[in-house]
Amino acid sequence: MKFAEVMELLNGEMLEGVDVSDMVIDRAYAADLLSDVLALTDERTTLITGTISPQVIRVADILNVIAIIFVRGKRPPQSVITYAQRVGIPVMCTKKTMFESCGLLYANGVRPCKNRPVSGSGSGCAK
Amino acid sequence: MREITYSVRAGDIEHGGTSSAWLKVELRKEGVSEELARRAGVIAFEGEMNLILYATHGGTLRVAVNDTQIEIELHDDGPGIEDLDLAMTPGYSTAPYWAANLGFGAGMGLINMERNADRFEISSRIDEGTRIVCWIDRRNDDASP
Repeated sequence: MKFAEVMELLNGEMLEGVDVSDMVIDRAYAADLLSDVLALTDERTTLITGTISPQVIRVADILNVIAIIFVRGKRPPQSVITYAQRVGIPVMCTKKTMFESCGLLYANGVRPCKNRPVSGSGSGCAK
Repeated sequence: MREITYSVRAGDIEHGGTSSAWLKVELRKEGVSEELARRAGVIAFEGEMNLILYATHGGTLRVAVNDTQIEIELHDDGPGIEDLDLAMTPGYSTAPYWAANLGFGAGMGLINMERNADRFEISSRIDEGTRIVCWIDRRNDDASP
C-alpha cells in the first residue's frame, strides 16, 4: 500500500513534511515496549505504536524503520516530531486503536515483519 | 572513531538513546556495514537505557572498533544485579511502573544485547556494579576493508 492509502484507511494525520509520495508500506510491527520493538530484525518495516517518547524515534532510527504510526489518538510532542523529520522518518497519528489499525492494514495486504520471538525453552511460549 | 566513551547520567530519560543513535552514525563513518551498525546500535541502546534506569550513578558506554571486531562495554558502579539468571529471563523486569508509560520494562534488554552480539559477557556484584561486554565480529562484514 502507498503511504497515502494507509493514511486514508486509518483516517490518519501526517505529522511532518517528509516526502512519502513513493513510499510503500508492505510490512509492519506493532508494540508499545521498546525492547520488544528492538527484537524485530526486518529492515524497511513500519512501526505501529502508542508510545510517544523521544526514544521511539531513536529506536526507529537505529533499526531503519521506514515510518511510524502512532495509535489511540496519541500525538507526540513537537520536539519528537521535529526529531523524526530530521532523521527522515515520516510519522502519522490515528485515533484508531492498535488492534483496529493492525486489522485494517492486514486486511489490505500489509504483512508481519520477521522478528525474533522468545524461544520456547522454559521461559517462552511453547508453540 | 576507533574508540569512544560516552558518559551516561542516571535518570536522564530525556536524552536516553542519544549516544546510541550517534554511535550508529559514527560506526557507519568507520566503514561498518549498515547491518552491523544496527546490531551495535541495539546493544548500545539497551545498555544505555539500563544505565539510565537502574545504575545508581549512571555509567559509561565505551565502544572500540578495529578491522576485525566491534567491542561494546557498559560499566556502572552499582547497585549490581542480584540474580543474573533471573535478569536474563525473557519478560522479567524490575523497571518502575512509570517507565512502562515511556516504553520501558519489556524484560528483553539483556536478551536483545546477547542476541545481537557474537560474544556476550556479563558480570555483576551487589554494591560493586555491573560490567557487560559485547563483541560483534567484523571479519565477514561485507563493508569491512
